[in-house]
Amino acid sequence: MIPSIRETLSTALTLLLFCVVGAGLLSGAYTLTRPAIEITEQAEKLALISQTLPPGSFDNDLVGDARPLPVNALLGLKRPGLSYVAQKEGKSTAVVLEAAAPDGYAGEIRLLVGIHADGRIAGVRVTAHHETPGLGDYIEIAKNKWITQFDARSLADTPADQWQVRKDGGRFDSMAGATITPRAVVKATHKALQFFAAHQEELLNVGCGYRMVGASSEERTAPSTGGHSRCGSLRSPHPTSGDQ
Amino acid sequence: MFSQETRDIITNGLWKQNPGLVQILGMCPLLAISSNVVNALSLGLATTLVMAIASGSVAVIRNIIPHEIRIPVFVLIIAALVTVVELAMHAWVHALYIVLGVFIPLITTNCIVLARVEAFASKRATGHSVLDATMMGLGLTGVLVTLGALREIVGKGTLLSGIDLALGPMAKDWVIPVIPDYHGLLIAILPPGAFIGLGLLIAWRNWMQERRAR
Repeated sequence: MIPSIRETLSTALTLLLFCVVGAGLLSGAYTLTRPAIEITEQAEKLALISQTLPPGSFDNDLVGDARPLPVNALLGLKRPGLSYVAQKEGKSTAVVLEAAAPDGYAGEIRLLVGIHADGRIAGVRVTAHHETPGLGDYIEIAKNKWITQFDARSLADTPADQWQVRKDGGRFDSMAGATITPRAVVKATHKALQFFAAHQEELLNVGCGYRMVGASSEERTAPSTGGHSRCGSLRSPHPTSGDQ
Repeated sequence: MFSQETRDIITNGLWKQNPGLVQILGMCPLLAISSNVVNALSLGLATTLVMAIASGSVAVIRNIIPHEIRIPVFVLIIAALVTVVELAMHAWVHALYIVLGVFIPLITTNCIVLARVEAFASKRATGHSVLDATMMGLGLTGVLVTLGALREIVGKGTLLSGIDLALGPMAKDWVIPVIPDYHGLLIAILPPGAFIGLGLLIAWRNWMQERRAR
């Protein structure tokens, strides 16, 4: 039996009604939870970033002052990441870079590398990875203190051939049974330091002619979200596309 | 104290028709998330909540849903509820939200939810539908938690690890070290452990059932 047009229409309208009610419910829930979600996400990010810096070493809004980083082979990021400048009393004391080790045992390992203005590492933390639970996951600070051995290391105090795990002749420990994971992290940290060394000026100088020399064409040079005012005469308060 | 029907609904959900061990429904989250008790319990309860509300709302409006479009309407209701639960977890139990990750939205596709709505709630009174969904959900949660406990003890030698993710940092000391100085058996944590554990649980249930029949 073929249903009449009337029947078809009323069925379709009923379905539409359900869709409208469903959409209303969802947008209500979204509006209700949005502020709480934003607060927790910011707090979580801040907690993670500040782990890589000594307590009390900054007094600025790290997340709010975040600035984009270009896609750069040294940072290993597939998409542009962010850098977080730590400032105390208006002076840049350190910078936290988002970086990634593409060659983990099970894919990419994402890192935050905190570097003091003098080039020493303030702290390294793993933010995301897929390493084997119970085997390669000792790179997480929650599981093991392994990652803290990077603290205070720098390009100056550790020569390039020492940026390896002990098994390969370097100075960094690793655990038996899982060498690929720490190898990737050590390499990525070393590269992040090299990136810092090459771009120290731009990374630490907030909002002033921010430009990555020699970066690839994919680089994104967006204006920083805050702190132009600290820049004085170097830059107009309203960034234009022409000043990059 | 309960009517025969109510009692039947309860025993069906928890034992006779247990979704995990008898109907073998909802395996995707069951196997993926049951690597420890806290994850298993959290996802189990979230699923139970969605099932109870979904069955309740479908039972209330069962007479105005045209028969031809009942499945899309059910899916729409379930998906909307899951999204609301997901948003709420994201906002208020953020750490747990990160751990459970993709498995929260996947509650939508968990066939046990749709199965109870279609087989029970679309035909029965609201109170019974909510009870049925709750019992089925608790039955599934029970299997999840048992499996989670098994895998956690064998795999890590602890119970309730990660409870601080659900209840905040003050719960950090609640982790029970069942076997001290245990180095863990990785296979129990990895996916094969879930299959082996589930197999053992199903075998245990069948054995109980046979023994009772004799």
